[in-house]
Amino acid sequence: MLHIAILIPFLWAALIPLMRVLPRIHPGWAVLPVPVALFAYFISRMPQISSGETLAVTIPWMPGLGIDLSLVLDGWSLLFALLITGIGAFVVWYSMFYMGKTSNSIHNFYIYLLMFMGAMLGVVLSDNMMVLYAFWELTSVASFLLIAFWYRRERSRYGALKSMLITVFGGLAMFAGFNLLYTMTGTYSIREVAAQAGGLTDHPLFLPAMILVLLGAFTKSAQFPFHIWLPDAMEAPTPVSAYLHSATMVKAGLYLVARMSPIFAGAAEWFWIVSLTGLITLFYGSFKAIRQTDLKALLAYSTISQLGLIMSLLGIGSAAAFYTDPAQVAFFGLATTAAVFHLINHAVFKGSLFMVVGIVDHETGTRDLRRLGGLMKLMPVTFVIALIGSFSMAGLPPFSGFLSKEMFFTAMVNIRSFDALHAGSWMLVLPIIAWMASVFTFVYSMILVFKTFGGKVKNDQLDKLPHEASIGLLAAPVLLVSLALIFAFIPDTLSYALIDSATAAIRGGGTTPESVHVSIYFWHGWTPELWMTIGVVLVGLLLYLTYTRFRVLDREWSGRDTLNRLYNGGLSLLENGGRRTTDLYMTGSVRHYLIYIFLFLIAALGGTLLLSPDITFGMEDYAPITFYEVVLVIVMLAASAAVPFARSRVNAILFTGAAGYMVTALFLIFRAPDLALTQMIVETVSVILFLLCFKFLPKLKWEKEKPTFKWTNLIVAGGVGVTMTLIALAAMGSSPFEPISNYFLNESYELAGGKNVVNVILVDFRGFDTLFEIMVLGVASLGIYGLIKLGVKTTP
Amino acid sequence: MPKGSDIFLQNVSKIVVFIILAFALYLFFTGHVSPGGGFIAGLTSAGALLLLALAFDIDTVRKVLPVDFKLVMALGLLIALCTGTGAFFFGEPFLKHAFGYFHLPLLGKTELHTALIFDLGVYLAVVGVTMTILITIGEDS
Repeated sequence: MLHIAILIPFLWAALIPLMRVLPRIHPGWAVLPVPVALFAYFISRMPQISSGETLAVTIPWMPGLGIDLSLVLDGWSLLFALLITGIGAFVVWYSMFYMGKTSNSIHNFYIYLLMFMGAMLGVVLSDNMMVLYAFWELTSVASFLLIAFWYRRERSRYGALKSMLITVFGGLAMFAGFNLLYTMTGTYSIREVAAQAGGLTDHPLFLPAMILVLLGAFTKSAQFPFHIWLPDAMEAPTPVSAYLHSATMVKAGLYLVARMSPIFAGAAEWFWIVSLTGLITLFYGSFKAIRQTDLKALLAYSTISQLGLIMSLLGIGSAAAFYTDPAQVAFFGLATTAAVFHLINHAVFKGSLFMVVGIVDHETGTRDLRRLGGLMKLMPVTFVIALIGSFSMAGLPPFSGFLSKEMFFTAMVNIRSFDALHAGSWMLVLPIIAWMASVFTFVYSMILVFKTFGGKVKNDQLDKLPHEASIGLLAAPVLLVSLALIFAFIPDTLSYALIDSATAAIRGGGTTPESVHVSIYFWHGWTPELWMTIGVVLVGLLLYLTYTRFRVLDREWSGRDTLNRLYNGGLSLLENGGRRTTDLYMTGSVRHYLIYIFLFLIAALGGTLLLSPDITFGMEDYAPITFYEVVLVIVMLAASAAVPFARSRVNAILFTGAAGYMVTALFLIFRAPDLALTQMIVETVSVILFLLCFKFLPKLKWEKEKPTFKWTNLIVAGGVGVTMTLIALAAMGSSPFEPISNYFLNESYELAGGKNVVNVILVDFRGFDTLFEIMVLGVASLGIYGLIKLGVKTTP
Repeated sequence: MPKGSDIFLQNVSKIVVFIILAFALYLFFTGHVSPGGGFIAGLTSAGALLLLALAFDIDTVRKVLPVDFKLVMALGLLIALCTGTGAFFFGEPFLKHAFGYFHLPLLGKTELHTALIFDLGVYLAVVGVTMTILITIGEDS
């Protein structure tokens, strides 16, 4: 059934174009049943999964390569499957009211969306790393298509390309990492690799594999410094931003990190890389979010920051792997539970916040914070949704974000006593960064609500008078955001249903949902976490009221983004550098290409000759040199040497011909009459053809001047000559085999009835070659015929 | 033919062409036992025709030999190919040749060889190729 769940979105996507026959019905109605049905199916599996079972299906795909469509549904996959289908349903609903149905490309929108949904389900359900990779790249492709949905806008295309380049870069790194894991373990199955994880830590490929896999996860999840694609992906339609770039796809990296935790956790590098990257991203994202003036950009940086938060929790949760004492494991493992819980919360409030921004954009025509304000009275429902979403994001009671933020602080406070890596008081840095980032989070959450909905309406800045959105548009965010309230009041139910089984899956190693259960409740007593939250609210409020006075947080300052400039500069450097390098050697001059070829020939052959130890220049097999040979060679050398110095072309041809006739004579004294005959006739014909050619050279360019002398040509020509001579001598000196010519000489008459051995070889022993040589001649003559008779007569 | 046609050349050609052709024929038939063969014979025959073309003109060659040399070339290739495939009918591999000695009228004991048919193909192909090239270039200029 699992594989059908993955296939359904793809099959359905293929059917969507058929909706064109019903132009009056929005195609979204046809799409909606898919996520709803899948959600219902995954919900129905929940009791089974939360009791600690897993569902597994394997369909052979490429068994010879160890690649099978093996799907596993455990707590962690189920959580994602529910997010994908649940939020998918909300987003499809929302998009029906958000996107007009008049546009013809609306069908494309839903095809891409379904494709994405299926790919994302494939990512979270695959147990086979290669299948996971395939679906992973498919999510990149679907995201690319969706970002560039309004492909006539330049910014959309830029954003799509950027996200594609970065995520595919990471995807390929991850692919390499998977293959390294395969090299180490001999299996592509994640569960089987995790089963042998204990022995991997000392393997030399362990660290490269970890870093490569993390590259994939970090680029997909927009971790620092790969986050730069996410703000530019905000050019996508808002339902896409809500779905892909806040709730699902960007969490694929988190999914992967958690999925790989049983393999890599326990290595110090994993702990540091994941936690610190997460924390840096958390801090940087929240800091940058304050300086945004575009609502979606603010939400993009906020998403980056929240993803960093979850990532750091996953890293810190891996600290539990250093301990065996159950109390300490639970003490540090709390972070993992917090990560899972916050992941759910973030999907809920960020999805609804994006929808709110979409509604504001839809009703006012702008997302610019400087033009917005005072929408509270005009759009009360939207305001309430934004309020709940933002307060949940800021971590204020009584919303679910408060609970997960408290757990985040607990984890950060706990990590101070983490002593397995002997970091000592350096561990104190982690909670401090986390606390500062939370202050920024509070500030931008307040900006999001009160700059948009508070204050006065700036009617002169808006194109139309805003009013409350339709019920259809409001339904999805209202339902989503109410989840933030519901989860806040029944956290333990959620915990038993989802979080515990997900945490157990991340921990791996046979942990059961019961053993990792953490009770979540509002009131902990006067703990450090609570004081931290109170501090966040107080400092945050102070900062919110005064932040425009700080130059660092000032908006004017935000135009300068070093990382984006680095990306753009790097890209143009690559393009220009590539073009310049190509222009440097691809000159279009045949002379240059010949020089490259000959130089390579000299280097390869001469180098081999120099480096091979067993090449000898023995002279014992040489025949005695006769007088006629000497004379002929001298004449031939003179004729050849005269060619480059010939003052006219006709002379050069005649010298070439002379050298050719000397070859004829050489054939004669070497007793090759057939060759001599042929050589003579062919030489004559080619000399005549050369003369013909030069007779018809265009008059304009017909210059009777001496060929220009170039040192490079001399060196290259000399080098080739010396190299080939040496090779010929070496070949003569060290030939260890008997020639087969004796066989031909002996058997020519007996087997073939001929005494002219050359001819017998040509027509009998090796007639096959002759057949194709006359074929070559035929093709050449037809070529000449075609060139002359059919050639375009444009030459002057 | 240009107006100042050379009567000596023309008359000498008339005789020499036949001598060359006869020599070509000799080269062709003797190829299996002494220097010669289809390739050289083909080139020599083409040389005779070229001499004819030089002494008179290409139209004369056309009149003497009213054939399309492209077809001659194709025929040669076909013969060579058929010699090869013919071996299949006797359950032999491609291009396997056979020969035997026969008593023929006038010639006495003679060796007959399928390689000669192959050589004929080579001969025709070479004549066709050379003449196609020469006629094509000649007519163009």
